Amino acid sequence: MANAKELRKQIGSIKNTQKITSAMEMVAASKMRKAQERMSRGRPYSDHIREVIGHVANASPEYRHQFMIERPVKRVGYIIVTTDKGLCGGLNINLLKATVKHIKTWVEQEVEVDLCLIGNKGAQFFRSYGGNVVAASSHVSENPVMTDLIGSIKVMLDAFEAGRVDKIILANNVFKNTMTQVPTLRQLVPLDAAKEAPGRQRWDYIYEPEARDLLEGLITRYIESQVYQAVVENVACEQAAKMIAMKSATDNAGDLVDELQLIMNNARQAAITQELSEIVSGAAAV
Amino acid sequence: MAATVHCSIVSAEREIFFGAVEMVVASGTDGELGIFPGHTPLLTGVKPGPVRLRLEGGVEEVFFASGGYIEVQPNAVTILADTAFRADDIDEAAAIEAQQKAARELADNRADIDFGRVSADLAEQAAMLRTIRKFREQR
Repeated sequence: MANAKELRKQIGSIKNTQKITSAMEMVAASKMRKAQERMSRGRPYSDHIREVIGHVANASPEYRHQFMIERPVKRVGYIIVTTDKGLCGGLNINLLKATVKHIKTWVEQEVEVDLCLIGNKGAQFFRSYGGNVVAASSHVSENPVMTDLIGSIKVMLDAFEAGRVDKIILANNVFKNTMTQVPTLRQLVPLDAAKEAPGRQRWDYIYEPEARDLLEGLITRYIESQVYQAVVENVACEQAAKMIAMKSATDNAGDLVDELQLIMNNARQAAITQELSEIVSGAAAV
Repeated sequence: MAATVHCSIVSAEREIFFGAVEMVVASGTDGELGIFPGHTPLLTGVKPGPVRLRLEGGVEEVFFASGGYIEVQPNAVTILADTAFRADDIDEAAAIEAQQKAARELADNRADIDFGRVSADLAEQAAMLRTIRKFREQR
């Protein structure tokens, strides 16, 4: 029979943990609201610019920016956005799993892979998993600033321009709702053409002023907005996942406490019964 | 009913307008543009200035865009603005003050100011004021 004192101690410690997890849940919930707001403010811009870029990639322009040219792929670059801190359920693992699967298909084709990691968790993972990490940045705050991100992204873009990397893929979690975050991999450059109704003829934009300057600016803006949105979205995902993880941890702790409480009561009752029967049998013997 | 084109104005912070319009008037890098439905595909920059939309039924709405890009497809116009707002949201007093501040900085002619930035500021504020005035005339 379990010792009542020991059980009491165990219950106490579980209750303490429960207090911590429920506090973390509330913190995550309030942070999530802010992060979600920031995310939804940026979304229309990043969605629209992606659409426009999709059209641009579809057009048949006289000038082709080097980010628009498909090259035979010898080396692929991944920009992987993960969280800095853990305790957010399967969020990072799901993303990393999807990414690794994606990477494997390239490796099978004997294509080499470069990694650019935003966030601590990705860095930790690839340190043990292995992989050619060319840039990493962590401690992206809850309120990311473009200038902080641009450094590590620049490494990738420069590599593309120099021809060392032939494709760049952006991997991040996309926020569906509080319960679901979807790991998503998207091709960043060369520009991904939008699916178009078949039968449309070759067409091109009128550019004002020069196509070159215009596309240069637009594409820079596009990449910045995509990466920024990925990071912001990731923050919202992190808080949502953390809230859910902490909620279930709190619930589990509650269940555990109930169970232990029952066992403890049983044990106490058994001890009392035993004592009584000892006294009674002792009295009978006298 | 007149033909319409789908127009959306988004800034980095939010989506500002979304809907069918009869005509879009914006100031592109190479001058004022009037866009009707069925326009040929066009891609151009936006200069700070007013963006006028004629909605279905002839009602006009005025917005302010502080630069960015505009994409025209035969059936859709997308304005990707750096910042944009509805003309009635512009704070005229604040715009005038910012303009004067920028002008003063330019006039001071000190070595430590970023000339390019300040003159861009000045142009933006001037464009904002132009937008407000245009908007006033209309009402």
